[in-house]
Amino acid sequence: MTRDQQPILQVQDLCMHFPIYAKNFLRRQVGLVRAADQINFDLMPGETLGLVGESGCGKTTTGRAILRALQPTSGQVLFRHDGSVIDLAQLDRKQLKPLRTQMQMIFQDPFSSLNPRMTVRDIVGEPLVIHSQAKGTELEDRVTDMLQRVGLKPEHRTRYPHAFSGGQRQRIGIARALIMRPSLVICDEAVSALDVSVQAQVINLLQELQADLGLTYIFIAHDLSVVKHICDRIAVMYAGRIVELAPTQTLFASPKHPYTTALLASVPNPDPDQRMEYGLTGEVADTGNLPPGCAFHPRCPSKLPHCSQTVPELTEFPEAHCISCHLFSPDQAD
Amino acid sequence: MQTEVLIIEDLRVCFDTEEGTVRAVDGVSLTMQRGRIMGIVGESGCGKSVTSYSILQLIQTPGRIESGSIRFYPRDGDPVEITDLDERSDPLFQIRGGKISMIFQEPMTALSPVHTVGSQICEAIRLHQDVTEEEARQRAVQMLSQVGIPGAEQRIDQYPFELSGGMRQRVVIAMALVCDPEILIADEPTTALDVTIQAQIMRLMKDLQRDMGTSILLITHDLGVIAQLCDDVAVMYLGRIVEQADVRTLLKAPRHPYTMGLLKSLPSLAMDKERLPSIEGSVPSLSERPPGCPFSPRCPYAVPGQCDVADPPPMEQVAPGHGVACLRHADIEDGS
Repeated sequence: MTRDQQPILQVQDLCMHFPIYAKNFLRRQVGLVRAADQINFDLMPGETLGLVGESGCGKTTTGRAILRALQPTSGQVLFRHDGSVIDLAQLDRKQLKPLRTQMQMIFQDPFSSLNPRMTVRDIVGEPLVIHSQAKGTELEDRVTDMLQRVGLKPEHRTRYPHAFSGGQRQRIGIARALIMRPSLVICDEAVSALDVSVQAQVINLLQELQADLGLTYIFIAHDLSVVKHICDRIAVMYAGRIVELAPTQTLFASPKHPYTTALLASVPNPDPDQRMEYGLTGEVADTGNLPPGCAFHPRCPSKLPHCSQTVPELTEFPEAHCISCHLFSPDQAD
Repeated sequence: MQTEVLIIEDLRVCFDTEEGTVRAVDGVSLTMQRGRIMGIVGESGCGKSVTSYSILQLIQTPGRIESGSIRFYPRDGDPVEITDLDERSDPLFQIRGGKISMIFQEPMTALSPVHTVGSQICEAIRLHQDVTEEEARQRAVQMLSQVGIPGAEQRIDQYPFELSGGMRQRVVIAMALVCDPEILIADEPTTALDVTIQAQIMRLMKDLQRDMGTSILLITHDLGVIAQLCDDVAVMYLGRIVEQADVRTLLKAPRHPYTMGLLKSLPSLAMDKERLPSIEGSVPSLSERPPGCPFSPRCPYAVPGQCDVADPPPMEQVAPGHGVACLRHADIEDGS
């Protein structure tokens, strides 16, 4: 981490828009869903960045656009590999294939993300076969080694996914993602579907593997306490945009954006003496029909007159604290 | 008037499957006090939903209530033994949706997609009360605005797909409360919702409970929701209640190793980045129920030959209102 202070990933003005077409035969475009809009962040090697927000805020879309599971509408995704910087957004399928080994994804649902007709050996070994990296006994050895690393037994190789519990299946998914020795792993709600006692085991596993293999994580989640536990920095998203980006401690100690404050206050605290606030009214903005100005202003308790007119920019403040809110824009200082 | 509103005694529910009979609920006893919110918390497959479904006899084949009693004490009238009622009898229909109603987890699937919101609520009213269509409609509009739906007059003629998830859950709550039930069973009512919407629904439930005096049975896996909403809590594991107390005692001074483990493995907002204490292993399947205490294979305090033999430990009262089903509770330090 110390020898390389260049970011492994730089996302610049990334936009992922989906056009909506009319249902008649003319197929005229009638709308645009701005699922992810003007996303900017850097990611250092070995770091864990959290992307949090409610459903429809664009956190998964952002993750997919970075990995090129989606073709971004505009913007750059600069990925550092072998000393050179490559813009993933510009590559075609063929150019992307060798880079796919470097970027992997762990999915939310351990039930639907594993093919029920494949054995664990085939699931975990498939990436090696696709990229022709190993076969025969070497393949077998690497699968066994990976299974042991994620806390499964070698004899599990011949079993099918249905024979495993939710937590074990998620371990299989992790093994499949890590067998290529990627540098960047996107965990999309990787622990959300798990029960509390198993969730803690998987979180610990992800942290151990990060330390052992030098992984960089983008951790997409809606559960703030999990994100706080695992992330170094957190980006809070609302209606397709990052509204606040800060180191974890700063974000939790002094959240600035009114949405972040409300989001933190809405988490039910398991301590009955810490009464929660029920602050926020209204509903999450629709990214297909955004209100003018700041997308959060219809729900914002401290909105200013011009919040409904201009969209605030993500601005950096001391301690690497970035906020996108007119309350904190420089010309609003007094 | 009786202070208890519902007493469940030694309830056993089993499912006949091809691999044999699986007992999902294995001797649950529970007392609900009138006007309070009782929470049942546990992980997937612990039997919390099956317990709540049995109260309304909603268990479908291959499931059946094997034994036990569920007694309901209405505000006026004689106690009713629900397990004795025939599945298709009129008294059961009067209780179901009338005196005891239910909110389901998925607001998307709990509503009929081909009927307007209004017709679904009016149907519930007219099944249980002798009112005209016009009166039922007025009652429905009133109920919709009471659960915080703006423009209830217009919304009542909309279909569920025209409403957001939070709005749909409000409609489901309105439908459940429209006949002024004495008990409301809420099965994971906020699990499918976003956290800011969850907060709104939690506040709504708390306000309605205070205003209408309904007794609520809340089923959830989220200890945070339990802490913020409930008065009393029961923790379930593999079909049995392992610990039961008022909410403050249970969360601040739990005595059962499973409750302690659950609380410790929560990543909390107040905690720093470190290794999470976790419970070893995973929940066994119901067909492989271990002998003795069901938690013993994962329990750090389990003593071989004592905890893992014979019958599951009985519920013992360690303090008034605080029950623990653990042989070793006396040896275990208070932990939280």
